[in-house]
Order: sequence, then structure tokens, then C-alpha cells
Amino acid sequence: MSSRNRVLLMAALLGLSTSLLAQTYQIGRKTTEAQIAPWVIDAFPSGAGLPAGKGTVGEGRKLYETRCAACHGMKGEGTLADRLVGGMDTLKSGRPVKTVGSYWPYATTLYDYVNRAMPYDSPQSFTPNEVYSVVAYVLHMNGIVGADATLDAATLPKVKMPNSAGFTTDPRPDVSNIPCTRDCK
Amino acid sequence: MTTTSDGSRRRFLRQTAAIGATFGGVVATRDALAQESPLVVPPWTKTPGLPLSEGNYGMPSPFEKNVVRRGRKDYRMPGSGSIMTPHGNLRGTITPSGLVFERSHGGVPEVDPAQHRLVIHGLVRQPLIFTMDDIVRFPSVSKIHFLECSGNTSQGWMNRPATVQLSHGLLSSCEWTGVMLSTILDEAGVAPNASWLIAEGADSAGLNRSIPIAKCLEDTMLVYAQNGEALRPENGYPLRLLLPGWEGNMSIKWVRRLRLASEPAMTRWETAMYTESMPDGTARQFTFVMEAKSVITDPAPERPLRAHGFMEIRGIAWSGNGRIKRVDVSTDGGRNWRQAELHDPVLNRALTRFTLPWQWKGEPALIMSRAMDETGYVQPTHRQLVAVRGTANRYHYNAIQPWQIAGDGKVTNVFA
Repeated sequence: MSSRNRVLLMAALLGLSTSLLAQTYQIGRKTTEAQIAPWVIDAFPSGAGLPAGKGTVGEGRKLYETRCAACHGMKGEGTLADRLVGGMDTLKSGRPVKTVGSYWPYATTLYDYVNRAMPYDSPQSFTPNEVYSVVAYVLHMNGIVGADATLDAATLPKVKMPNSAGFTTDPRPDVSNIPCTRDCK
Repeated sequence: MTTTSDGSRRRFLRQTAAIGATFGGVVATRDALAQESPLVVPPWTKTPGLPLSEGNYGMPSPFEKNVVRRGRKDYRMPGSGSIMTPHGNLRGTITPSGLVFERSHGGVPEVDPAQHRLVIHGLVRQPLIFTMDDIVRFPSVSKIHFLECSGNTSQGWMNRPATVQLSHGLLSSCEWTGVMLSTILDEAGVAPNASWLIAEGADSAGLNRSIPIAKCLEDTMLVYAQNGEALRPENGYPLRLLLPGWEGNMSIKWVRRLRLASEPAMTRWETAMYTESMPDGTARQFTFVMEAKSVITDPAPERPLRAHGFMEIRGIAWSGNGRIKRVDVSTDGGRNWRQAELHDPVLNRALTRFTLPWQWKGEPALIMSRAMDETGYVQPTHRQLVAVRGTANRYHYNAIQPWQIAGDGKVTNVFA
């Protein structure tokens, strides 16, 4: 039990007012997760937030070619919009090619982003099945899942991304300078 | 503007064109000025001026028409680009609202404030939904802070010359008015295991970022006004987050939802974008703070030197880690430095203006400024920065900016 819940329980047992734990200004309307559900579209790396439904590479290919390729290229090579495919082994080159395959650490991020922001001209128009399918196809083009892959809320978080271990935290301040004022260098 | 005042304005411009041309030369000497004709009473004194601007939103003088936001024009999707603040034409520490930089990823939504809602949910005691009227009722605060895209000055990584507008223009500073985020979070009651807040905008990108709860409780604001008036649409109207000193992308515009969570969401913007590629192939993630930086804005490529003799070197300095403590200026390529004067107010995580008097006799010179903040951090050189971080990075470049002054007063961007 959390400490806050313990306090609430004690207050209830003692018949005390819980006003200290309530809203100070009484501004705003109480709501519930059910009421706000249409807005809640986050997909976490753990899989939390992923909806029911499933998608296949085959369905994803059809959708990709009609709804994505105009900006991202037929093979995900990037035209108007970002390149999505390839760039493996470029991250140490000094000119990294950052794509879903070479750089993105979590497959769930692709679901979250496609679902909320794609296609660019009509975001949030794909059904969950369509998003899973497009995600499956983009991962397949990168060689991350097979041609027969089916993705859903259980399998997508388990997809191992090639660069999943490629990120570090912030070590700054990492560069120092001396405020020399006379005959410097 | 009415037809009549438009006509007056054209006449006004025509009449003054000849007078304006007198000052068009680059380097004017005292002798040249002495040869000017005797003063005349100008036409704008000898005729009544324009009618009052009632009903108009006031605009700058037509002579300032060049002072506008500009982009590099290399973005490919409409609505997904950036346009920069013209620091090479500004003088103060507050950016006029119409010149605040703009970086968007799904265009600028036309949000109706009457229909806009803010939801707080997730790991809270009580999920809440607010209208704009609700939010404005909360105790309010006004604070001056800079806002800077982490991609500001990124041309430095590539040694790509630019004007001060195109190099340092993803930086602006406003007085922001709103409510402390902590005030509203207290209303919902943050659970003890909530360590991140995931903020989301109402734009077509649904732009989402994960923010450590400590920053939310320390100084993050929910703002509805900048420089005393409602936020501009491109800056988040009617409501945005403002995270003082942290990379601009996190100050979510058009904010509609705040979810308390025990883990970051690992959104596209904090994984694929706004992460920093290092020479060994790894990338730094969650690099939030904008470290100390400064730049000379006069002279600058937009402001060549026009006269020999006295001039004042002027610039701005700022740090995401607190107040600016000192700014040094060199006019000999970094060999010797003099301490510049810092002008009040010197505020936390805000632009600070500095000046240094200088005599320029027409010699080529390499000038630069170096900021120190109250943590003791010293702005590094390009060489020091690149030695640690390489050149594959596109974010958080904060090195000293050298300007090369030529004998004719022209100023160009070079890297030392």
C-alpha cells in the first residue's frame, strides 16, 4: 500500500475529513479514465497502452504503398519525408544514417508515432489493425521481422530493435574551458 | 490599414527615400559626414502625420520591413520546419511576440480556446479536466525566460557559416504568464510512484515528451500569455508548457494532456529525434538542459561596422543552469579577453545583455564572447566541444561564436 493510501485509510478509519488530501482550489471537473479514453493513445515500451488488434506484413505492404510511399519512398528510402530503412552500421561513421532500423530503440515507439501522427495528411485515421500492419511492414523492410510476421499488443513489445542498447544518459557537463584572459593558448 | 493610410504611407516612403540614401554607405568617416549639405526641415515635419491606428494591431515602421523571421528554407514538409528570430536586428532581452522563433512538426493548429481542454490523469489521486477559464482562475505567475530549440546553432557542428539569425535564431525570450504546473498537479494529487509526466499537444503531430517529475514540480509553468498578450498560435495558443532552461521541444505547445507515469513513454521525439550521436556510435538520450552560451549580435554579419572610432560591442548570454555570472569578450581571436558589462536585469534562465566599449581603426579583427554561469561553467570553444562530442551530433552545440571583421567593416561567420 502506498503511503498516501495508508493515510487515506487511517483517515477513513478515524472518521476524519480527508480535506487535506483533496483539491485546494476546487477548480476543474473530475473525470475518469473511461471518459478520456479517446484521447489516451500512448504506447509504452512495456506494451502498456497498445490496443487490441493485429496486423501483418502483407497488409502493411498494401497500406504502405498507398498511404506512406509518396513521402517515404517505395522502399523506405526517404523522399519528402524521413528515410525509414537501412543505415545499419553507419552509427560510428561520423555520418550516421538514422532510420527505424538503424537507430530507433523501441518498436512500440513506431506504433505510437504512426498511430498519432501518420499519415501526415490525415493523422489518427488508421485503425489499430492498420497501424500494426504498417509497423510490421516497416520493421520487415528493415529485416527485423519476417515476411509472415503478425504483430499485436503481446508480440510488438518483444521485437528486439538492433540499436536498443545504443543509448546512454546525459553526462554533462562533459566539456570544460578555462576563463583565461591574457596571452591565452 | 485603410486605403487612405496606405496611400499616405507610400507617399511617406517616396518622400523619405532620398534622405535615407544618404546613410547607405558602409564605412562613413567623420570627414564624409562633414561634407553633407546643411540640415533641411524634413517633409514629415511639414505635414500632419498618419491618422491614429485605431482598430489596427500596431506594426513596426516600414523602414524595419527587413526585420522578420527567416528559415533556412531546406525543410521539405509544409508545417514541419523552423523559422528564426532576427537577433542581428534586435536590441533587448525580450523578443517581440511576432519575432519569436517557430519550430513545429505538424503545422500550426487553429485551436478554439472555448473547446480546448487540459486533462491530467494516470498516476494521480483524481483525474481532472480543465477548460481555459478554469486554468486562468488558478493563482498566476509571470516570469522572464528564454526558450531555445536544442538544434539552435547546430550549424556549428558542420562548420556551416550563417548570419546570427540563421545560426542563433532558434532562441527567443519572453515574459511568460500562467500557472505553476505544480499548482495544478497538486489539485490532481501526484502518486508517490509517478516519476515522469508525459505531455502531449493538440496539434496533428500530437507531439509528446516525457518529463522528469522533479522538473515539473521545480519550475515548469503552464502558460497562456507571452509578453502580456495571449500566446501566438505558432507558440502554442491557447496553452503550452514552459520548461525554463530545457530544450524547447519539451515545452509542449497546444498542450492538452498530462499523464503521470512511472516510466518515460520513449516517444519518437526522445529517441529518434533530439538524441545526440557520439563518435563511438552511441547516442545520448534525455539531454534536457541548454548549457551556457553567448553571441555578439552587434557587430554581426547583419550589422557590418559602418564607422571608424568608438563602437560598443553588444551581445546576449544565457544559461539553462541559472544566471549568467560573467561574459568576456576578445577582439584578437581569443588571445586576450576583457570582461564585458552585464546589464540588468540578470535573471535566472533568461537572456542577459552585455556590452564592451571598443575602438575600431579599420584593422581586420576576430571578435568573440565567452559566457560563464553561476555554476562556474565556462562556454567552450568549438575545438573543445568537438573533441568530446565529435561532429555527428545535431543538438546542444554551445561553443564560442567567432565573427571575422574585415578592413571594410564586413562581418563573416568563421570558426576558431
